[in-house]
Amino acid sequence: MSIWVEYLISFLILVGAGFTLLGSIGLARLPDFFMRVHGPTKTTTLGVGAMVMASAIYFSVTGDGISLHEIVATVFLFITAPVSAHLLTKAALHIASRVSK
Amino acid sequence: MSRLLPHPALSVAIFLVWIALNNASSTGHFILAFILAIGLPVLTQRFWPERPEKVKLLPAIRLFGIVLWDILLASIGVAKLVLGPLGKVKPAFVEVPLDMQDPFVGTLLASIVSLTPGTVSIDIDRSRWVLQVHALNVDDAETLIKSIKTRYEKPLKEIFSC
Repeated sequence: MSIWVEYLISFLILVGAGFTLLGSIGLARLPDFFMRVHGPTKTTTLGVGAMVMASAIYFSVTGDGISLHEIVATVFLFITAPVSAHLLTKAALHIASRVSK
Repeated sequence: MSRLLPHPALSVAIFLVWIALNNASSTGHFILAFILAIGLPVLTQRFWPERPEKVKLLPAIRLFGIVLWDILLASIGVAKLVLGPLGKVKPAFVEVPLDMQDPFVGTLLASIVSLTPGTVSIDIDRSRWVLQVHALNVDDAETLIKSIKTRYEKPLKEIFSC
């Protein structure tokens, strides 16, 4: 594996981990439910996206043949993340969650 | 469409997903993917609601690019907000009036809004066709509504011609 591929993979993993951390910080720091939802839903998009790309590149380079599972994982996340966010916020709206000023 | 291929797009999707899951490893999997792509849509076609017939491919690819780019930019924006002083964050509920009355396309729009950081769609009010959005930081509600309408709704209407 060439050194540049290693750099690329490391960069993607760090970006992914960084955004996942930021999502968790958002979840902990933001004051009300509706704002907190923004944290984790966003992390899945970019954080997991970057990590999954790193995984695809790593196994394509080291294993035999290209690795495509990861792309399917991303597609499923992109489909399911908005649905869960939507259901959570809708439920919160119905039980009238507290909205901080 | 013909009875053999009630949902061509679904068949293509099943075929590609099966190939990807097996890393395109053997001829056997290509044959199995082909059988599944033909069989599953026929077996499940009674569960599928009516959907727009024609899909324009080129605007769809362009919209996909726009959404990916927006996810990248907006993630950085949300990251700054989360780390900065929370007193400055101005969350708001925003109502986006829709120019279309198609449940499937409306759901797509709601999903795109949820995927791009900083906004989560809460509900589509089907009596008034209004998309309710919660935004993390709103300086000007009008600008946000306009950007959702021009960046996502207009291309979607173009793609599905509705």
